[in-house]
Amino acid sequence: MRYVVKRFLMLIPVLFVVTFASFYLISLLPGDPALAVLGPGATAEAIAQEHHELGLDKPITTRYVKYLDHVVHGNLGESSTTHQDVTTQLKTRLPVTLELLVLSQIIAFAVSVPLGILAARRPGSLLDKLSTSGAFGLLAIPSFMLGVLLVFLFAVKAQLLPAGGFTRLTQDPLTNLKDMILPSVTLGLGSVAVYLRVLRSDMITTLQQDYITMARAKGMSQRWILMRHAFRPSTFSLMTVAGLNIGALIGGALVVEQVFSLPGIGTMIVTAIYQRDYLTVQGGVLIAATGYVLVNFLVDLLYGVADPRVRVDRAR
Amino acid sequence: MTAVRAEAVPEHAGPLVDVDDLSVAFPTRRGVLRAVDHVSFTLERGRTLGIVGESGSGKTVLSRAVMGLLPGSAERTGAVRFDGRDLGALTPAELSHVWGPEIAMVLQDPMTSLNPVLRVGRQITESLHRHLGQNRTTAAATAVELLRSVGIPEPAKRARAYPHELSGGMRQRVTIAIALACNPRLLLADEPTTALDVTVQAQILDLLGSAQRERHMAMILVTHDLGVVAGRTDDIVVMYAGQVVEQAPTDVLFRDVQMPYTEALLKSIPLLESASHTPLMAIPGRPPDLVRTPVGCRFAPRCAYAQDRCHREAPPLLESEPGHLYRCWYPVGSAGKTRGRKGGRKGADALLATRPNATVPAQRTGTDSNPLLRVEHLVVEFPAGPGKKVHAVSDISFDLMQGETLGLVGESGCGKSTTGRAIMSIPRPTSGVVSFAGTDLGKLSARGLREIRPRMQMIFQDPISSLNPRRRVGDIITEPLNIWGKAFGLADKAAQRAKLDEVMTAVGLDMEAHADRRPHEFSGGQCQRISIARALMLDPELIICDEPVSALDVSVQAQILNLLEDMKGRYGLTLLFIAHDLAVVKNVSDRVAVMYLGKLCEVASPDVLYAAPAHPYTTALLASVPIPDPSRPPDTQAGRIEGDLPSPVNPPSGCRFRTRCPKAQDLCAQEEPVLRDIGTGHQVACHFPNSGAPVSDKAVAAVS
Amino acid sequence: MPADNVTPVEAPDAGALAVGSGFGLGVETGQLPSDVIGSEPTAAPRRRLGWFFWVCVGWLALVIFGAIFASVLPIPAPNLQDAAPSAMPSIHHWLGTDSLGRDLFARVVVGARVSLVVGFGSIAIGVAVGGFMGLLAGFLGGRADTVLTALANVALAFPALILLLAVVAFLGANLFNITLTVGVLSIAPIFRVVRGATVAFADLEFVTAARGIGASRWRILFREIVPNVVPIVMSYSLVFVAVSILAEAALSYLGLSVADPTATWGKIVNGGQAYLATDPYICLWPSLALFLTVLALNLVGDRLRTLFDVREAKL
Repeated sequence: MRYVVKRFLMLIPVLFVVTFASFYLISLLPGDPALAVLGPGATAEAIAQEHHELGLDKPITTRYVKYLDHVVHGNLGESSTTHQDVTTQLKTRLPVTLELLVLSQIIAFAVSVPLGILAARRPGSLLDKLSTSGAFGLLAIPSFMLGVLLVFLFAVKAQLLPAGGFTRLTQDPLTNLKDMILPSVTLGLGSVAVYLRVLRSDMITTLQQDYITMARAKGMSQRWILMRHAFRPSTFSLMTVAGLNIGALIGGALVVEQVFSLPGIGTMIVTAIYQRDYLTVQGGVLIAATGYVLVNFLVDLLYGVADPRVRVDRAR
Repeated sequence: MTAVRAEAVPEHAGPLVDVDDLSVAFPTRRGVLRAVDHVSFTLERGRTLGIVGESGSGKTVLSRAVMGLLPGSAERTGAVRFDGRDLGALTPAELSHVWGPEIAMVLQDPMTSLNPVLRVGRQITESLHRHLGQNRTTAAATAVELLRSVGIPEPAKRARAYPHELSGGMRQRVTIAIALACNPRLLLADEPTTALDVTVQAQILDLLGSAQRERHMAMILVTHDLGVVAGRTDDIVVMYAGQVVEQAPTDVLFRDVQMPYTEALLKSIPLLESASHTPLMAIPGRPPDLVRTPVGCRFAPRCAYAQDRCHREAPPLLESEPGHLYRCWYPVGSAGKTRGRKGGRKGADALLATRPNATVPAQRTGTDSNPLLRVEHLVVEFPAGPGKKVHAVSDISFDLMQGETLGLVGESGCGKSTTGRAIMSIPRPTSGVVSFAGTDLGKLSARGLREIRPRMQMIFQDPISSLNPRRRVGDIITEPLNIWGKAFGLADKAAQRAKLDEVMTAVGLDMEAHADRRPHEFSGGQCQRISIARALMLDPELIICDEPVSALDVSVQAQILNLLEDMKGRYGLTLLFIAHDLAVVKNVSDRVAVMYLGKLCEVASPDVLYAAPAHPYTTALLASVPIPDPSRPPDTQAGRIEGDLPSPVNPPSGCRFRTRCPKAQDLCAQEEPVLRDIGTGHQVACHFPNSGAPVSDKAVAAVS
Repeated sequence: MPADNVTPVEAPDAGALAVGSGFGLGVETGQLPSDVIGSEPTAAPRRRLGWFFWVCVGWLALVIFGAIFASVLPIPAPNLQDAAPSAMPSIHHWLGTDSLGRDLFARVVVGARVSLVVGFGSIAIGVAVGGFMGLLAGFLGGRADTVLTALANVALAFPALILLLAVVAFLGANLFNITLTVGVLSIAPIFRVVRGATVAFADLEFVTAARGIGASRWRILFREIVPNVVPIVMSYSLVFVAVSILAEAALSYLGLSVADPTATWGKIVNGGQAYLATDPYICLWPSLALFLTVLALNLVGDRLRTLFDVREAKL
């Protein structure tokens, strides 16, 4: 428990660095947001006026402290183009992206875990070869192509599922699910390839361990050995990679939302980038980076659940 | 522990295990690898069989085949009948009911044979549950009882522990408890003590022996060590290159060896009772490739007695007396043998001559009374988490004279390797003084240290990882000259090449054939020769040998030991020889220091130390060494000790050995004994040494 | 127990950006007991690569050749709009034409240029900077290691694609900016791979042996460690190149890559998406080219990695 608290407190400096870096990086970029608001023909005075309004005439540290103060109070500023509150925008869009991420990961684990275990049981078997080549194939398809392909197959040809659009979960759960199937599958299949290969190779290593031979020599059934003895020690790399994969997933969500025109954070960020909308981009990056840090914090805790040896190290 | 199957009614009248013409082969890229080649033997109920062989002899594959635990790629012919049933004909589901209640297994490495994420108790109860149908509470109680029966203190508490919370010896006891859980009729122990320290090895072997007798269980003991099987088995099978080469009742085998390979194995082992610097009869060469086996006798290329017929015709298994089989045309001491050992092309005596004057060290700088190496109050500590540290080496002092070999012996974790590295200042010691030829290494700058290092070299335990896999052997050996060539006047390539040739020839390598290859093309023994060659390139004065032979097979071990002695004589070296094997240390050393948990216990000449050990720990070590002589039953040797090495993070107060010492008294916990002289050159750190009266006044007071 | 050096956090060092693209296929021997394997000498590496490896190498060579010599090869100009739009494959237009009547084959061949320049260029930057830092961190250890590793971990927390989009959008979408940004973003993951490999080798006894013969730190780093780390890093780099190519494709699909009319694979797909129902070939050809190239890079990288990465095999 003390470890958890300690580890949680260590998140604070990381988040400081993350917020500052995102703030600083975005402000480094050329391209004047005032021009984006006013249009190219604006006079110098109007630009200065707009700068003042947006607080851009103050030094970066002052602006950061002020920004941080606002962030702590849940205020991420106001979009420079639409003059909408960034926090409100995030609140309406975050559930969409979260739903996409969660569904995609459920699909990814549901496919990769059983497949990985079965493939590792007999390396070189037909199932193993098929799933390994499938994984290589999936790794080589960018998510936008996979999206387009799925749309072509299931929306254009078969006309089973919608090609895009979004209905809120609260409005109509069934339609919402129908809307989300293709995007989640698109995003999830990319992760399947990654998880499958990691789990498979770790399972193969584990199955060669002496303690598996011992379990066999005890006369345990094959299924028991796979599930009780081999699976848990084989999940460490999977957890690590799943944590690191969050970064890639957020990028993938951005593309997938674009392909299926979902009103999530991804589309918001892309639009904001086109419009040079600093604060909205910052808000998006902040949410994404925080999510990454939190997920990896959880992964860290999961190691302790999966492996008693880690618990001992931490107690020291 | 419930229902000991003392009188299991055999369903079948024949032997319990009947291995009949068993062959196991593995397809590889280069061809079919015949790991086990036409092997037959039987094992009666309640008896113990030893299978002995070096690595690559096929003994592990054979034991897995008996178990029915071969990987899917293995091609098997012949039969393994257990109690009349052919195990090869059983389905995996049927086999899983044989494993556990009928046959059980103990593996080599207790560190890896327990599942790290499951509690110890669970790993016992799961088979109780499956095979005996015990419910949760009964199984848990049985598990605790089993743990108690294998000698685990506080078994109820230990059952809830994870494997990593137990020491190596404890873990091996747990794996034995797991194996015994369902009262098997056959226990297969595959190198059960190879990964353990010698004092723990003796405990585990005793435990296996008593379990076998109490349960009237048959046992197969697979090992590379003839000493382990000598007093503990009824019959022995010796394997070489996949074949059985000799098979006999244990006492017959040791009394009347027929197969030259068995004889050579026995003679290549250094013995505790033979004098220091006795040359060993090494077996030249290495075992044959199991994909392309030689036409004739597989041992012929390495055999001292081999004649033309041996290279042409493979000998069958012959019988010298009932029950004694061997595979040789010209067995040891046979009447039909036309020539003695001296007549052989690679006669054993020619090998003996490879140690010309090892005991007369060449003195490079003449005798002087100053030691070449002086270690004073050396302390090495490593951080181990907040506020804790590992006391790896705690205040040890010794001298090493020019031309002398000091053997540093101790069990794993005693700090002997750390001592070796601290002398080289890799890393620099925490405190204490190391002076080399009068120079205090601690006072040298990083640059000065670099410059003195060529005069002291190291040889490491792992022959593979001590050579850079991406460089050619010639480069590896010449590397020291690339750095120091100018200082040694060997800057130009031709001179370096000449030196390379000289050194490679000296260690038994051929520059033309070997210099351009990479390390992975060489065997472990050859890699160790390369390491020795590299160490010799700069004409060092001191070589620190850190377990140089412990990763090698006994036959190769003898080659390397002979080579080290030879090099010592030829180059006038001073050696610090670090090892865990007492017999090996005795063989090479002029003086022996025994280390326990970061402290020196005893220092003496080998003749004194091995004949009359003064420290109880030395006594225990010597009593624990398995001796390849069945006439000396192992369990009669007195002075054994119980328990495991305490943690070096929290060493015991006073004498560090007191927690395991049979003589320990209150004084030992209060006051640390210092190393003191008790005779010429015999030092001991004990309040109550074996020989004569207690050494200090306080000890006298404590006794009376 | 110091014997249990199981630190799961460190185990899969690779594959942060490559997200696990490089995890072992190294088990071919099944479960031979070490007793048997020990006696088997290592076969020549060339024979273990397999024919499929060489097919992949062949495809990559073909793509690179086409990209370099497209202008001198007898194929139509990629930006010439002289044919009927959305034509089917024919003698004149091997893969047909796009919605503006441009030859698709020529555009796919030329489209490889942007992908290859971004892919290899950015990873060259990443390996130069991240590799150097990784070597230093892994070899020196101590504070330098702590600081650099912490920095890399923070850098990994940023969603790479968003930063890429933002930077490219604000700085201007040209080849140089894209390559530079992708390169900078690849520094942290490459750093992790190199550091992990360096740490693994720095602990081995041959490094201690080199110290024992009095080699200087730099000599140890460059003569003992670097030759072992380089092949591993090179094989991982191919996987990273594949990831970079995918990133560029995503960028150009989102309309943020090099300006028109220069062809890129992602842009052709984006342009063809509207005609998916009537003319799916416009999307098919560039997708196929991209798919095969990335697949080949992954496979080649993976085979080389299993060959060179002794960390899994021997340690």
